Amino acid sequence: MSSRDRELLDGTHGDGAAFAMRLVVRAAEVTRARQFIDVTRAHVDSCLYHGEATLDFVERLTDGHARVSVPTTLNVGAVDLLHPELFRGDPRVADRGRLLMDRYRAFGARPTFTCAPYQLADVRPSLGEQVAWGESNAIAFCNSVLGARTNRYGDFLDIAAAITGRVPEAGLHLTEARRATLVLRLADDVPNALRDADVLFPVLGIALGRRAGAAVAAVDGLAAKQSEDRLKALGAAAASSGSVAMFHVVGSTPEAPTLDEALQHRAPERVELIRLAELRAVRDELSTASEEGLAAVSLGTPHASLSELERYAAMLGGRRVHRDVECLISTGRDVMAEASAQGTIGRLREAGVELVVDTCSYITPLLRKAAGPVMTDSGKWAYYAPGNIGATVVFGSPAECIHSAVAGRVVRDMRPWGGA
Amino acid sequence: MGRSMTEIRARALVLDEGLSLWGGMDPSSGEIIDVHHPQLGAFLTGRIVVMPSGRGSSSSASVLAEAVRAGTAPAAILLAESDLILSIGATVAEELYGVAVPVIELPPDELAAIPDGAPLRIGTDGSVRQE
Repeated sequence: MSSRDRELLDGTHGDGAAFAMRLVVRAAEVTRARQFIDVTRAHVDSCLYHGEATLDFVERLTDGHARVSVPTTLNVGAVDLLHPELFRGDPRVADRGRLLMDRYRAFGARPTFTCAPYQLADVRPSLGEQVAWGESNAIAFCNSVLGARTNRYGDFLDIAAAITGRVPEAGLHLTEARRATLVLRLADDVPNALRDADVLFPVLGIALGRRAGAAVAAVDGLAAKQSEDRLKALGAAAASSGSVAMFHVVGSTPEAPTLDEALQHRAPERVELIRLAELRAVRDELSTASEEGLAAVSLGTPHASLSELERYAAMLGGRRVHRDVECLISTGRDVMAEASAQGTIGRLREAGVELVVDTCSYITPLLRKAAGPVMTDSGKWAYYAPGNIGATVVFGSPAECIHSAVAGRVVRDMRPWGGA
Repeated sequence: MGRSMTEIRARALVLDEGLSLWGGMDPSSGEIIDVHHPQLGAFLTGRIVVMPSGRGSSSSASVLAEAVRAGTAPAAILLAESDLILSIGATVAEELYGVAVPVIELPPDELAAIPDGAPLRIGTDGSVRQE
């Protein structure tokens, strides 16, 4: 412990900072770390209301005069502060959720309220940077796609790291733990069309999470230089079905220019094939709807990027969303401002799309007919929405979702799947 | 690992797969709500939950703290691998509410030897015994 660490712990910097440092010390015990390291940034997920305990915690920090000591971004909260009229749940929960968001902002954190802070150029950490991030998809993206280093800092510990600027030197902060121990190879029966389809990535992510658990896996068999949007979809799904904090995609992620480098020049512990049948089974499992019809289409989980918003607008191509279907896209307020300036938001709204910021449609009541069936292109949304908001889900590709929103019924394109 | 102030005696609830408490447990009732989980509908409240690993969301710490506040939390959680998220959730709940939910790591073979429903005793030193 440094002398500042001891000061933090003994209350020299206030009771809030002392509480935060106790959590960091507890984290060091659990991870068996021998020392602490500095982090340059934090991304805090604790600002989402999960009941009064989350407010009891933040009031303890507020009363203790806590402030963040490193540049800090905030994850989604329970309400869209810019479009509060969209909230359809219990008004008391909205009030408590809003209060929690305000409290975190008051610690000096930037009110980004997005689960995709990596889309913001001025807060994106660079290769090798040591940071403390919360939110499972952001953690996976940070490690895997940016090559910055974070462990899975869950609620409470994320803000504790932001306040103290310290984390245990353990896990993915260390080079060795970033080595792939599992190789997942796409089998020969996976069609080329599917290997280059958007719809593959969330499905492959669910399969990866199941097989990897908490291990670091390397995916082999995809074309090089996959887009950040696809890697986002893969990581978000993998972090839903497993405790995945890092993955490699050979040829696409920065620590895996080759499989051998992802393995850090050692032999893998496991090599497993992913066959077409497994991918089809995961795809089918993500759709829980048995009834006909389509109530809503929910896109933008994790938050839609600028390029995704442009693609959705282009796929609509001037057509309107069917009058019986609610089409909702979640994005971050900063990305929305940029997309507004470029005219993309205007095109989407003219087509009848609703835009939501600061929150997401599977954590808070936003949909008019949430019971569904709700169609989504997100493996993460499909995974969590049935439990969280009671939705029945139809999973599909981004293009299937947009075409279905226009048609007012589920439209399928089975070609990438080999017809079935 | 897990520290408990007092001895805990409760029945084991052995989960076939890891459970993410966020999206997986309703803290107002203690019920498993993850539709993909084989034990959907089971109640965690007051049980010593035995599972291979915590899983998924980094918000599970909040759900555990909220469950402690609401009185729906498990009595303890036993895992085959250490879980930072659940351990921190338990630490915060203990600071805020004075209730300890020990999160204890056991060797996989010892964990696998615990039958569902078995009466367990967790000592003040964190030791786990079948009664």
